[in-house]
Amino acid sequence: MGILAPLGALGRVTLGGLAAIGRVALFAAEAVSHLFRPPFYGREFLIACLQIGWLSLPVVGLTALFTGAALALQIYAGGARFSAEAVVPSITAIGMVRELGPVLGGLMVAARVASSIAAEIGTMKVTEQIDALVTLSTNPMKYLTVPRILAATASVPLLVGVGDIIGIMGGWMVGTGRLGFNSATYLKNTWDYLEFWDVGSGLVKGAAFGFIVAIMGCYFGMNSGRGAQGVGRATKSAVVAASVAILAANYLLTEVFFSA
Amino acid sequence: MIELAGVTKSFGSNHVLRGVDLVVPKSESMVIIGGSGTGKSVLLKCILGLVTPDSGTITLDGRDVREGDRDAFLARFGMLFQGGALFDSLSIWQNVAFRLMRGPLKRPKSEAREIAIEKLRRVGLAPEVADLFPAELSGGMQKRVGLARAIAAEPEIIFFDEPTTGLDPIMAGVINELIREIVTEMGATAMTITHDMSSVRAIADRVAMIHGGKVRWTGPIAEMDATPDPYVQQFIHGRAEGPIEAVR
Ligand SMILES: Nc1ncnc2c1ncn2[C@@H]1O[C@H](COP(=O)(O)OP(=O)(O)OP(=O)(O)O)[C@@H](O)[C@H]1O
Ligand SMILES: [Mg+2]
Repeated sequence: MGILAPLGALGRVTLGGLAAIGRVALFAAEAVSHLFRPPFYGREFLIACLQIGWLSLPVVGLTALFTGAALALQIYAGGARFSAEAVVPSITAIGMVRELGPVLGGLMVAARVASSIAAEIGTMKVTEQIDALVTLSTNPMKYLTVPRILAATASVPLLVGVGDIIGIMGGWMVGTGRLGFNSATYLKNTWDYLEFWDVGSGLVKGAAFGFIVAIMGCYFGMNSGRGAQGVGRATKSAVVAASVAILAANYLLTEVFFSA
Repeated sequence: MIELAGVTKSFGSNHVLRGVDLVVPKSESMVIIGGSGTGKSVLLKCILGLVTPDSGTITLDGRDVREGDRDAFLARFGMLFQGGALFDSLSIWQNVAFRLMRGPLKRPKSEAREIAIEKLRRVGLAPEVADLFPAELSGGMQKRVGLARAIAAEPEIIFFDEPTTGLDPIMAGVINELIREIVTEMGATAMTITHDMSSVRAIADRVAMIHGGKVRWTGPIAEMDATPDPYVQQFIHGRAEGPIEAVR
């Protein structure tokens, strides 16, 4: 027993983790099954769009701006080693729209939105508001989860799109202001080397990340423990789970989209 | 008629309900009394299906509550939660009119609002509170909004979890009268949990006392004072000494 104890602990952690993934997957499947069955709550959807999409714009925009700027500096420094400084505009744009835009945007939305969804639904759970919804013949899955999932899945790609533009603009600002690029050339190089699927794949990633964020927020909120501590733990778990899932999904999607 | 037979419920090692048998006749007012933490709220939630009992059966008019259409079943009920459970993202009138603005009972917004304001008036709240949000009200006011929401759609069966705790004596009197009225005039079936003995006397047709996870005593209100059961006697007179241990 003594020697095997650590193995046992490892096994328990693994099984616990797998069970948790299974529960989230079942929750997601149930949520998706409700997407297509009425009643639909349009007002809740619009509010969710406002809170998830519109109000995340500043955070995602600033993240993209600084990331694009830093990316241009790094690529310039790297490119200078083999006198390829001219690639700055195109590589900045490709790096931004394929990878950093969706991933960093997704992570910022995870921090901002998964936490607030989990805290809101968790509080509703511990104050019996979810029970009250049920007694008022309203399915919490339809009323709370579905609008948030739809809103996040629809609005995060838009956020990523705006983030892409702002990120490229950040690169352009550094490129023209600090690195001595000609403004028109910079933009032309950006445009000429950017392919549709570079942008499109990033937007698809954004949709997937939005879905993940909303699912994690709703799942952990709905399963929140009792009291303020329960809500706190649910919020933390939602952000951690959403962030890790986004990074994992990003790798998988990149494999699917770009592995030759 | 609601009938519970052998209902048990445990949370981990905490055996809350250990075989509850209870009959609530139609159009009568049943009041549940019993010490704090004895599982009164859990009992109501079991009937509504918010908590799943471990064993036992619960029937409504002879049909198992878990069978049949859940929406139709829930549409017959109204519930006031112990903590009010108001939706804090909705204004007061939207809370009260929640059931009237969606689903089969949906009606025009202006009409729903009018009904909400009328129900608020009946629980002693002025029309001005209609556009406030739950966080802007005092605890007792929130409780009364919860009450207005429970009765808004005029359900057949209404559960009140401590309707008068946190209210001043006059307001408590108003609420007691309202509950009585709903039962006698509208013919509703009511189950009320309360710790307030004057409420018990004002509201109840029948009383059931929960102790040790079971119904210790049940009977018409008129027989409550005369029952020799020492548990009931200790409870209704609020004595520290008796078979119910007050300090653990
Ligand atoms: N969801 C839950 N998870 C775990 N334990 C619970 C849950 N709900 C209730 N309990 C436990 O069940 C017991 C009975 O709770 P309940 O709320 O029914 O008491 P009560 O009789 O309504 O008390 P009070 O008069 O104070 O409201 C308590 O010990 C409580 O801790
Ligand atoms: Mg209670």
